[in-house]
Formats: sequence, structure tokens, C-alpha cells
Amino acid sequence: MAYLMIFITAIFVNNIILSQFLGICPFLGVSKKISTAVGMGIAVMFVMTLATIVTFLIYYTFLQPYNLKFMTTVTFILVIASLVQMVEIIIKKSSPALYQSLGIFLPLITTNCAVLGIAILTIQKNYTLLAGICYTLASAMGFTLAIVIFAGIRERLDRTEVPQALKGTPIVLITAALLSMAFMGFAGISY
Amino acid sequence: MNKTSLDNLTRGIIRENPIFVMLLGMCPTLGVTTSAINGLGMGLATMFVLMLSNIAISSVKKIIPDIIRIPAFIVIIASFVTMLEMIMQAYLPALYSALGIYIPLIVVNCIILGRAEAFASKNSIFQSLLDAIGMGIGFTLALTLLGSLREILGNGSIFGFSFMGDIANPILLFIMPPGAFLALASIIIVVNKLRGVK
Repeated sequence: MAYLMIFITAIFVNNIILSQFLGICPFLGVSKKISTAVGMGIAVMFVMTLATIVTFLIYYTFLQPYNLKFMTTVTFILVIASLVQMVEIIIKKSSPALYQSLGIFLPLITTNCAVLGIAILTIQKNYTLLAGICYTLASAMGFTLAIVIFAGIRERLDRTEVPQALKGTPIVLITAALLSMAFMGFAGISY
Repeated sequence: MNKTSLDNLTRGIIRENPIFVMLLGMCPTLGVTTSAINGLGMGLATMFVLMLSNIAISSVKKIIPDIIRIPAFIVIIASFVTMLEMIMQAYLPALYSALGIYIPLIVVNCIILGRAEAFASKNSIFQSLLDAIGMGIGFTLALTLLGSLREILGNGSIFGFSFMGDIANPILLFIMPPGAFLALASIIIVVNKLRGVK
């Protein structure tokens, strides 16, 4: 039951993009087409889960016992950056087809604040490993959900007449505001 | 001060403002600007890291091999962020907890890595410092402006001073997440109009 609550809260109520503002850059940048949005979502889900597991283990086996908590930020960003590189190399060698579809997104993910953000939040919230994985997966699903819906709206938006002053960034931000307002409707479901 | 130096200093403030023109560093921009003071605090914190990292990176630019420069930059930036975290925890605990997760996330702020890569790794220490000050001021101004707008509309106050009284009710939406997008959109519309962007 607790896990279910973590899941629902992370996907809908505290959606990582629309209410916590983590990972806005890919959300605004890679959301012009549904297919790329789906690719980005899957890549984020993969890297984020892996990153949380690795950083969680490092935090509780090295940083906490040896009283090195102040090194958290430096360690986590290094781990995430090298992890992304490693995943890129492994996928390139083992499955060129997958690399074709996910490869271009991987370098972008290193500077995606959502990955580092969720890794740090998992520690701050004192989750166990299982709850942490659950939280990360759900957050990544929330990310995918938001970016795919958003890409769908933007595909439609391309075919409409937008007022001159709103063209480009402003209309994108206003669309995001409306989507965020819709997600506020989930705020009642909280524990 | 000669022309290039002045240009490097003022470029980031308006003409290439990191937020309104280049749209970099969106996460802290939208996340922390629920009040003017939070926006100002976040802006100054980022400027602190940006100045130190630009100085450090431009002074070691010849030693770092080209192939590993990005990880090296990230380590340098992360060390300054850790310093900042400790200083803020010690001297500004209230602001530290208000900004929360966004303080460690300064590491992945695109502005800092962007300036390191595009400017500090190619220019002299002094010019990089000027660039950092300019970009830092531009970022701080943008964040403070956005924070003030949201605080005035959403809470009827500015820098914590309430001025609305019983005259009108504030629009609470503006300090909630959707308000962040709406406020930023309105400011960008005005900025685009002023810059004459078609």
C-alpha cells in the first residue's frame, strides 16, 4: 500500500516536471514530436533508475559510514556522468538498433537536473532501496507522461494560428502552465 | 576599461540575458521564484559559483586535456557548489532550507557549464570574471523580477512587505506551479516586444 502511494504521488500529485520543475530543459527542448518524446522518456527512465540504485549504494556504503556526507553532490554528479558514458558505450556495442533510437538522448541526460535531483531526493526522503527504486521509476514515468502529452499538444499547436506576440517560447510556456494546472487537480490525492 | 571588457561585462545583463533570451537554467528559475527574496538568493548563489568556476576554469584551461574537459569542469563546479552549500548551511540556514534541492542542483545548471565551455575555456582570467559577473547579474535580475512579479500577484507583497491589505485578494495561482510558467511567459512576451523580435 505504501509503495502504491509513493507511485501515485510521484506520477501525478508531485509530478517531477509540472510541480517540482526538475528536467525542464528536455521538457521544453525535446518535445516537438511524440516519437522523440517517447525516446527521451525511456532513456531518462533507464538512466534514472540505474543512477538511483548506484548512488544509493555508494551513499550508504561509503559516504554515510565514513562521515563524508558533504561529498554527496560531487560524488553523485561524477557517478551519474560516468554512468551515462558507460551506458552509452555498452548500448553501442551490444545493441546498435537501440543505440540508434536512444543514443542521441544519452549525452543530454548528464546535465538533466532530474537525474541528480531524484538521486538526492531519494536520500533526503530516507527511503529504503526498494522504496527508492519505486519512487524513481514512478518519477520517471511522470516525466514520460508529461513530456508525451506535451509533445502531443505541440504537434497540434504547429497547425494552428498563434498570435504574433505569443509565437515561439511564450505559447510553449502557456501550454505548460495549462498542463500544470490540469495536474493540480490531482492534489487532493495525497497521504 | 576598454571596449571588449565592457562588452563582456554587459553582454549577459540584457542583450544575452541567460533566462529571457537564451532560456538556460530553467529549473531553478521556475522552481524557486515563489518570492522575490528566494529569487534574489538563488541568483546570488548561482553568481557566486559562476564567478569562482569561471576564474578556476580559465586559470587551468591549458592544463586540462581537451578530451576530458567536460568531466573536469563538472568536478570544479561541483566543488564550488559544495563550498556554497556549507557556507549557506552555516550562515543562511533559512534561505538554505527555502531553496532546498535547487542548491545542489546548481551543479547541473546549464548556464555555468555553458559559460565554462563557451567562454572561460577560451579567454583570460580577467575577461572570464567579467563575463561571470555580467551573466550572474543578468540571471539574478531575471530571477528577482520573476520572483517579485509572482509575489506581488500571488501574495500581495514584495520582499515580504505586504501592501495589499484588504483591498483585493491576491491571485494564489501565481505562487503555485502553473503561475511560474505563466509569469515567465508574460515577461518573455514583453522582453521580445522590447527587443523587436518577430
